[in-house]
Amino acid sequence: MIPLSWYLYLSAVLFAIGLYGVLARKNAIAILLGIELMLNAANINLVAFWRYGDPALMAGQVFAIIVFAVAAAEVAVGLSLVISIYRSRKTVVADELDLMKW
Amino acid sequence: MAPETLIWLIPLPPLLAFFLIVLFTNKSKALSHTIGVGAAALSWLGSMVIFFQAIGVDHFGEKIFKSSINWLPTGTDFLKIGVQIDPLGAVTLFFVAWTIFMIFLYSVGYQNFGQPKGDHDRPGLPPHGATVTDEHGHKHTVLSVEPMYSRFFAFLALFAFGMYVLVVSDNLLTLFVGWEIMGLCSYLLIGFWYGKPSARNAAVKAFMTTRVGDVFMLLGLALLYSATGTLNYRAIFYNEEVLHSLATTMTPVLGLSAAGLIGLLLFIGTIGKSAQWPLHVWLPDAMEGPTPVSAMIHAATMVSAGVYMVIRIFPLVTADWTGHGLTTAMSVIAFIGAFTAIFAATIALAQNDIKRVLAYSTISQLGFMIAALGMGAYIAAAFHLVTHAFFKALLFLGSGSVIHGMEHGVLHTGNHKVDPQDMWNMGGLKNKMPITFWTFLIGGLALSGFPLVTAGFWSKDEILADAFAHEHWTILATLSIAALMTAFYTMRQITLTFLGQPRTKEAEHAHETPWTMTTPLVVLSVFAVGFGWVGIPEHFPGLGGLIPNWFHDFVGGTLIKHPKPVEFSWIPLTISLVVALGGLTLGWLVYKDVKAGDADPLEKPLGFLYPFLKNKWYFDEFYSYFVIKPMTWISEVFTKGMDQGVIDGILHFFARAALFIGHVFRNYFDKPVINELIGDKLGAYWTFQPAGRALSKTQTGRIQTYLIGAVAVFVAIGAALYLFAF
Repeated sequence: MIPLSWYLYLSAVLFAIGLYGVLARKNAIAILLGIELMLNAANINLVAFWRYGDPALMAGQVFAIIVFAVAAAEVAVGLSLVISIYRSRKTVVADELDLMKW
Repeated sequence: MAPETLIWLIPLPPLLAFFLIVLFTNKSKALSHTIGVGAAALSWLGSMVIFFQAIGVDHFGEKIFKSSINWLPTGTDFLKIGVQIDPLGAVTLFFVAWTIFMIFLYSVGYQNFGQPKGDHDRPGLPPHGATVTDEHGHKHTVLSVEPMYSRFFAFLALFAFGMYVLVVSDNLLTLFVGWEIMGLCSYLLIGFWYGKPSARNAAVKAFMTTRVGDVFMLLGLALLYSATGTLNYRAIFYNEEVLHSLATTMTPVLGLSAAGLIGLLLFIGTIGKSAQWPLHVWLPDAMEGPTPVSAMIHAATMVSAGVYMVIRIFPLVTADWTGHGLTTAMSVIAFIGAFTAIFAATIALAQNDIKRVLAYSTISQLGFMIAALGMGAYIAAAFHLVTHAFFKALLFLGSGSVIHGMEHGVLHTGNHKVDPQDMWNMGGLKNKMPITFWTFLIGGLALSGFPLVTAGFWSKDEILADAFAHEHWTILATLSIAALMTAFYTMRQITLTFLGQPRTKEAEHAHETPWTMTTPLVVLSVFAVGFGWVGIPEHFPGLGGLIPNWFHDFVGGTLIKHPKPVEFSWIPLTISLVVALGGLTLGWLVYKDVKAGDADPLEKPLGFLYPFLKNKWYFDEFYSYFVIKPMTWISEVFTKGMDQGVIDGILHFFARAALFIGHVFRNYFDKPVINELIGDKLGAYWTFQPAGRALSKTQTGRIQTYLIGAVAVFVAIGAALYLFAF
């Protein structure tokens, strides 16, 4: 059986990639993608600990499903924001969205 | 290879083809269609191997091919998924593999592979034709190749994957997965020419309407899972204990047993998918897709999936059936089926679009099958499902061929006002398109149930015989009248399209289609005739017993209790002979002398009924008035009253309150105390201004700079906690 730590490494790597994406990419959609990666990295952790801990307790799985639901809602809101921003500003580059800068 | 391994592999080639085409070969039309057709051929080959292995096994119903794996962990247990081919699965696989393979081949010709690029074709619109100059310097307009050719094959391949998944799966959950994949592909294919508003609307309509059914189906699945703890076919439908306990558990809904309630909920999914009344509205509009191909998907494969599912859950629906009379659930199913059969047949009488006639005829024929299931005629329904798939596929592909030929005529004359799908613009195509004519005639006769030779006769006769033997007089009468109308409108279609004289210039210049389109027609017409012979009742006068009633014995093995064949009787046979031949003759007599510009001969005798039928019983208007309008109204009420009034109102209140508080602080604290006292009088102004200026550099207005700050602080706090707290 694959040791638990492998899953944790995978999850850490995935999280780091997602974080890098969020911090370094300029495209708002790519930033959203990065957030998704981080959420799913968390999911891998939850499911891995559930599987290697006590499988009869469903908490890890249930949490992962809640994260799915939250992620789906977040993408729906995020993408619709991106679309409405695109409509009014003709860009999805995060740096050009600087209305708040004084 | 063990059959089980092969069954796992059957759905894979189309899926791979989808990804290959989408990701890599999108640019090359030839490569894309080679991959698509090749994948369909591979799946077809696998299906044939499985089918012939299956029919070679004695008592196959007891020794089916099945294999499963653990899929979804649920606590300490697993939800299993797997594949299985039982007798019903084997015959379904047979017709699905043939029709899908034929669609792929046909699409190559239909989407004009090998023709030049169009003059001003754009992706999202049907090809408009290309101008070419021949060696004499004459200019011709010819058909042009579809701009999104590769994309079309990708969608078709994904569709084929969904259908194969549905057929080979051994449980209702993966069936539902395949079901939904097809729902998506049907949306994509109906809206394939997304440049046309009508196609876009039709795609959305199809998706939304079937969704209504799917929600109920999902409820049914959830209920079934909570009642039995499994969704596996064998564990539920081939297990008398489970069926018995479901049949004896009562539910508070309408006095139904659990089996009946779950059966009905699942059946609502079928109402959506198989376009039964009252959710039939999407199917005729689905004809907006690329002419015959998506139409044929909506005739031969996908809508069959709905009926296939009801055949699957048949043991559940009939769990509390004693064999006499009908249970509530069965009467509902029988009513919906019989009503749809006659309702759609009446509409088909008054349609002029060659594809719409076939669309309504599909709805009507599916109604026949549903009605048969409702009255417990398991084998008859399965038989009609298979034969119908063959001859309706043939008819749809034939109509596509006709339209293709007519488009050729339209390009020749250059008169784009002529609708190549309107049957009143056709006539006399018999000599122009002989292969299409003869195959279409075979398909049409099979649909009308032309006696003895065609497959449609044997399967339809069996449904009528069953209704007679079990004394369901209303159903018998309804279906007989529907069958009469079927024969009538089929002959109307054949006469208007192929017989008589051409009614337009375009029809005179119509042209036979290329071999990639005619070959599928010929292959399917063989089945439209030959498949009936495997199910001839044993006691049929003269022919019975010459060929054993293989279909009955084989498919009957799917159930625990083999259904008994019904007694032979002359009465239903006479009925089916009279309605088929009578309808065909009437149709020919009424329409044989129609000239260009004539009104429909039915218009006068039917009077006010004619516009009623032509407008499809005003169902679209009814829905837009009683469903869509109230929905829009409610959402407007909620937007204006709830969202903009209450929720925004609360937020605006908070905003105003904050503004007010800010004002107070500004005027009575900030200005006098901070600005004047500390800033000016004490001189802090000189320190704060440069500090503010320096700090304002960190306010870049860029979200990512702030995020980096947040991450840095988070890491710092984490490090501090790690070092000092643990």
